[in-house]
Amino acid sequence: MNDAAFIRLSGVSKTYGRGQAAFQALKGIDLSVAAGDFVAIMGPSGSGKSTTMNILGCLDTPTSGSYRFQGVQVEQLSRKQRTVLRRHYLGFVFQGFNLLARTTALENIELPLIYRHEAAPKRHATARAALELVGLKGWEHHNPTELSGGQQQRVAIARAIVTRPAVLLADEPTGNLDTRTSREIMDLITGFNREQGITVLMVTHEADIAAYAKRIIRFTDGRVDSDRRNGEEA
Amino acid sequence: MLWNTLLLALRAIRRNLMRSFLTILGIVIGIAAVVTLVTLGNGATRSVSDQIAAMGTNQLMVVPGQRFGPGSELGAPSFKIADVDAMRAQITATRGVAPVVSKSVTAVYQTHAWSTLVTGTNNDFFLAGGWEMAAGRNFSDTEERAGKAVCVIGGTVRDKLFGRQSPVGSEIRLKGFACEVIGLLRGKGQAAMGQDQDDTVVMPLRTVQRRLTGSQDIGRIMVSVTNGASMDAVKLQLTSLLRERRKIGESEEDDFRVMDTRQLAETLTGTTRILTMLLGAVAAVSLLVGGIGIMNIMLVSVTERTREIGIRLAIGAFEREVLLQFLIEAVVLSGLGGLIGIALATGASMGLAGLMDVPYLFDPGINLLSFLFSAAIGVIFGFFPARRAASLNPIDALRYE
Ligand SMILES: Nc1ncnc2c1ncn2[C@@H]1O[C@H](COP(=O)(O)OP(=O)(O)O)[C@@H](O)[C@H]1O
Ligand SMILES: [Mg+2]
Repeated sequence: MNDAAFIRLSGVSKTYGRGQAAFQALKGIDLSVAAGDFVAIMGPSGSGKSTTMNILGCLDTPTSGSYRFQGVQVEQLSRKQRTVLRRHYLGFVFQGFNLLARTTALENIELPLIYRHEAAPKRHATARAALELVGLKGWEHHNPTELSGGQQQRVAIARAIVTRPAVLLADEPTGNLDTRTSREIMDLITGFNREQGITVLMVTHEADIAAYAKRIIRFTDGRVDSDRRNGEEA
Repeated sequence: MLWNTLLLALRAIRRNLMRSFLTILGIVIGIAAVVTLVTLGNGATRSVSDQIAAMGTNQLMVVPGQRFGPGSELGAPSFKIADVDAMRAQITATRGVAPVVSKSVTAVYQTHAWSTLVTGTNNDFFLAGGWEMAAGRNFSDTEERAGKAVCVIGGTVRDKLFGRQSPVGSEIRLKGFACEVIGLLRGKGQAAMGQDQDDTVVMPLRTVQRRLTGSQDIGRIMVSVTNGASMDAVKLQLTSLLRERRKIGESEEDDFRVMDTRQLAETLTGTTRILTMLLGAVAAVSLLVGGIGIMNIMLVSVTERTREIGIRLAIGAFEREVLLQFLIEAVVLSGLGGLIGIALATGASMGLAGLMDVPYLFDPGINLLSFLFSAAIGVIFGFFPARRAASLNPIDALRYE
């Protein structure tokens, strides 16, 4: 793989805390992802999956190593430039949904567009289209507490893709959902990857969820353990 | 950007109606209390000075002791009737000299009772106080000299005891003796420090001394100076006369005071001004309590708000956009609270001023001051916790517990 890789982590490590309490969650991760790929990240709990996702999503910074996004050295960007990166290229789906409380589905989905300073009429239309795309027509004006877990996750996904990001990062998007709802969510995500060419990185525990991806990476103890295309033998 | 952020701030206010309401309420109560009390205090001060001004500029008041008011000095001897007679005899440029002795007493007529202030004096009192008779007459020489049980009553006492009936010729009972009403004063209809001037019963000095106070003492003396005569000259004459009569040595200070209207006004308005400041201080405590309430609400919601800030940062908000939103939110809430508080205070002080019979005076200073204070509270407690949260890594803000 060359330096022009879409996403590239080289020797990324992350240490939480300091001194006696220091804990190394990532111990040198090397990882390249091509544009348009669909990657599932698996591994036992505590192996550093979320930490990696947060670094990829520019929500957190690595202790050492480098992160290149489309050739740009992310560590060298200012806080504000990293926000611009999130705003224009990245969509994030959290395990715990992280929707704004007491705010309607439509307003939650609209939020990233407000921060992109889109004009109101266009903003409303785009948000509504995203809401319908995730199958929530009729639920526009419901607050998160009035929605089921699956519906809340749909709102979160709509919020992540409403800006048409280059990359969708999803940390256990089906972690709290039943099998049927999980499948519907995965069909949505697969659709974004296939039809809109959005690069997807997704953390999951379950093999049948990982099976939707084109590539499966396994983490153990803060390191990449295995990395294979889906269908190849481990 | 400002427009979008304003939209977000208004949405946040609407989203947290209870929190917004409590914040506004805290500010409203504090401001309304401070502004109302200070406004009423100002009104009372003005009312006192207006009334003293209405007495005219050719009045002098002589009181024992160096201070005047509730704290009249102990030890300084009171005046006697001989002092009044001496003033009358030796000081030429006077139109009248009225001794004044006052006592609170309950007046009874048939089944009606009313507690009022009885003043013992002479006919010069009516001249000095600018009183006119609405009915009946003032005291005769014999009545004054013999201390007869006769009285002239004010409009309020008439209303309370006689209703619409004419009182002249009837007898009222005061602390066990009967007293014939010989006159009715024309109403003045104004009040000093919440006191109703028409709530009065005037009797000959000797009657009050003998039947009510049981002593020869005179509390104060009112002197009306002849029109055109020099006030300062009369003041000097009064001072030297009293120093001689009270046997005060060359090097000793006066143990009495001769005040003109201006000095009287200063002394009295000084008292109401201190009262206003005290009331204002008490009200300021409620402003402070409101502020603490707001601080509490804001701190309780800090966890939720920190996570909200994490979400906003994660989906692409700049730190300064988040801060601006919180700043606008805080300013809108406290500004709104301030305006409602001032409106409420205006209504309340107009109403209460009417009830208390003091003028309503709008004081821009106190309104501005309390408005700024409320804005400061909102900004400090709404904005500073947000500033900390917005400077975190998005992921740390999201995880905040
Ligand atoms: N903020 C933090 N402070 C200290 N330790 C942390 C923090 N976040 C994660 N860790 C630790 O780092 C390790 C990796 O965590 P994480 O990336 O969340 O694992 P995974 O998502 O694979 O379950 C865990 O042992 C976890 O306890
Ligand atoms: Mg995790």
